[in-house]
Amino acid sequence: MMEPFVRHTGRLAALARANVDTDQIVPKQFLKRVERTGFGPALFHDWRFRSDGSANPDFELNQLTARGATILLVGENFGCGSSREHAVWALREYGFRAILAPSFADIFFANCCQNGLVPVRLLPQEVAELFRRHQAAGGEYQLTVDLEDQRVDDGLGFRTTFSMEPYRREMLLHGLDEIARTLLVEDRIGAFENKRDAGCGMREAS
Amino acid sequence: MTARTLFEKVWDGHVVHQFPEGPALLYVDLHLVHEVTSPQAFEGLRQAGRRVRRPGLTVATVDHNVPTGDRAAPIADPIAARQLEALAVNAREFGLELFDLRSPEQGIVHVIGPELGLTQPGMVIVCGDSHTATHGAFGALALGIGTSEVEHVLATQCLVWSKPGTMEARLSGALAPGVTAKDLILALIGRIGTAGATGHVIEYTGAAIRALSMEERMTVCNMSIEAGARAGMIAPDETTVAYLAGRPRAPSGAAWDRAVATWRELRTDPGATYDKQVELDASAVAPQVTWGTNPGMVTPVTGRVPSPADFTTDAEQRAVTRALEYMGLAPGTPLEGLPIDRVFLGSCTNARIEDLRAAARTVRGRHVATGVRAMVVPGSQQVKAQAEREGLDRVFSEAGFEWRNAGCSMCLGMNPDVLQSGERCASTSNRNFEGRQGRGGRTHLMSPPMAAAAAVAGRIVDVRSWGRERAAP
Repeated sequence: MMEPFVRHTGRLAALARANVDTDQIVPKQFLKRVERTGFGPALFHDWRFRSDGSANPDFELNQLTARGATILLVGENFGCGSSREHAVWALREYGFRAILAPSFADIFFANCCQNGLVPVRLLPQEVAELFRRHQAAGGEYQLTVDLEDQRVDDGLGFRTTFSMEPYRREMLLHGLDEIARTLLVEDRIGAFENKRDAGCGMREAS
Repeated sequence: MTARTLFEKVWDGHVVHQFPEGPALLYVDLHLVHEVTSPQAFEGLRQAGRRVRRPGLTVATVDHNVPTGDRAAPIADPIAARQLEALAVNAREFGLELFDLRSPEQGIVHVIGPELGLTQPGMVIVCGDSHTATHGAFGALALGIGTSEVEHVLATQCLVWSKPGTMEARLSGALAPGVTAKDLILALIGRIGTAGATGHVIEYTGAAIRALSMEERMTVCNMSIEAGARAGMIAPDETTVAYLAGRPRAPSGAAWDRAVATWRELRTDPGATYDKQVELDASAVAPQVTWGTNPGMVTPVTGRVPSPADFTTDAEQRAVTRALEYMGLAPGTPLEGLPIDRVFLGSCTNARIEDLRAAARTVRGRHVATGVRAMVVPGSQQVKAQAEREGLDRVFSEAGFEWRNAGCSMCLGMNPDVLQSGERCASTSNRNFEGRQGRGGRTHLMSPPMAAAAAVAGRIVDVRSWGRERAAP
């Protein structure tokens, strides 16, 4: 069951990089698990840890001010590349509840919505402003992401709205099971199948 | 009737239900499953007491983490073995067909779908893998999905998807000798960027596309995701029909004739419009080589590594600086002449029989340079068998290449085939992300003939002039 998200206030961690691909979010050596859990330690593994296993002090999430962060601020096209949902599981397990970016890769965006991780699209200048504010505050910076009102607010003058497709918003707000939701229209699937299977061209794969 | 694009025709034909809040429920004709992105989905079904709605429309294979060495030997990595075993158990329990390691039809999911004739025009095809876009070469709407969506498709045979935009990539002209479909798609990604088609489905059109074989079209569609598009499509034509004729899972007899008649309708109507358009003159495309850490960081082989100063925005400059540091490259370095340590001929992008033939033509009678380790990983066991019938395995082995069994292998390095830190690799795969082929490994994406030539030369060469200097015996 997905954890519902109505509004959340938390510490912001900033990763000023564009085109962060899912290979970086969870490197492939961690994809062999058959569970949905256990991916938190793998998050940004090759950036977070040096080859000897020690923490990389230069990496943004290893900064003292990033400890306990629950909102991640990133550059454009976040989550591009591989479809691995493991990337979202890792971000959730690490503690993130929302990601703010100018843009997301399509599959990653869909995966976020399946796991109660809210992908918030803001204007590039708004993201730039948040990076500035985060830096100016020496990394000690909090935000509220309100999905019900579709608003982001730092309580210090930064206030903006964002859009989210009503279907996805509903799912996230109530932590809905998408399969159960689809099965509400199961009769339509059956009707479609009857027509389809009677038609030509398509047949059972095996 | 309004003029519609190819995408719109396939979309409209699969809408089961339109949610008033946005997305549509789309029917899925073919669901391909592999070992890495499916175990959690099957576990979800089990926990909810759900079954697979259409086992007959679901086909599984193992590819991502399989060893490509001796198939008789036990799998050394116990975690990988557990994942393969999980798929076997799930396939049995839920009644799915599985091409496992013992199957002569096992291979990379995006190679075996077309090869078996499972992939057909007009279908909606999904798989928990971003390179599912490959199947769009047949005029199917094929896209990668996440594991939760895999579970959803298993349970309902439908996908919830908000209608994306359309983008036409018109590729005019004709490819010059020595230039391949891989160069075409890399050049396009270089032009529009790795997010150039985000939120869109690309339709590839134009004379350069029409002239491509099915395998070449698959190479183009495969990398749609590297331009940000979840799917890429090419309208079916005689080339498509000829490829599918006689394939074991393609329709036959009267059903074939009916199918072909519907496939012929699958093209964008005159007057239909796209949300976005881009044009590229294929005749001006040179062999491409990536220099950075995403596929958009690419240049003709005759080019040089750029300088951060060549880019305008702060973000771009930072990204280029970082990429050059990771790749161990100085601005201004010519790509041609760059020494390489490893060569990987494989992946769902470039491990079909035509790719292996093209690479074999380049290496025939030659030898891999001293100090270079080169491997060929066929896309499927059937591709491997075909190559062996043609004697290509001997060409590669005599040239000093390792000849392996089918799998994703070093494209993503989940199995033991990985780069060591600092090693530079000429690779026919699709992603040059940091660490993709092994932590610290440096990947240069290129075509099969270019990678084969690099193996022999020990450095990146321009296959066009290199071929002339050293005419094959």
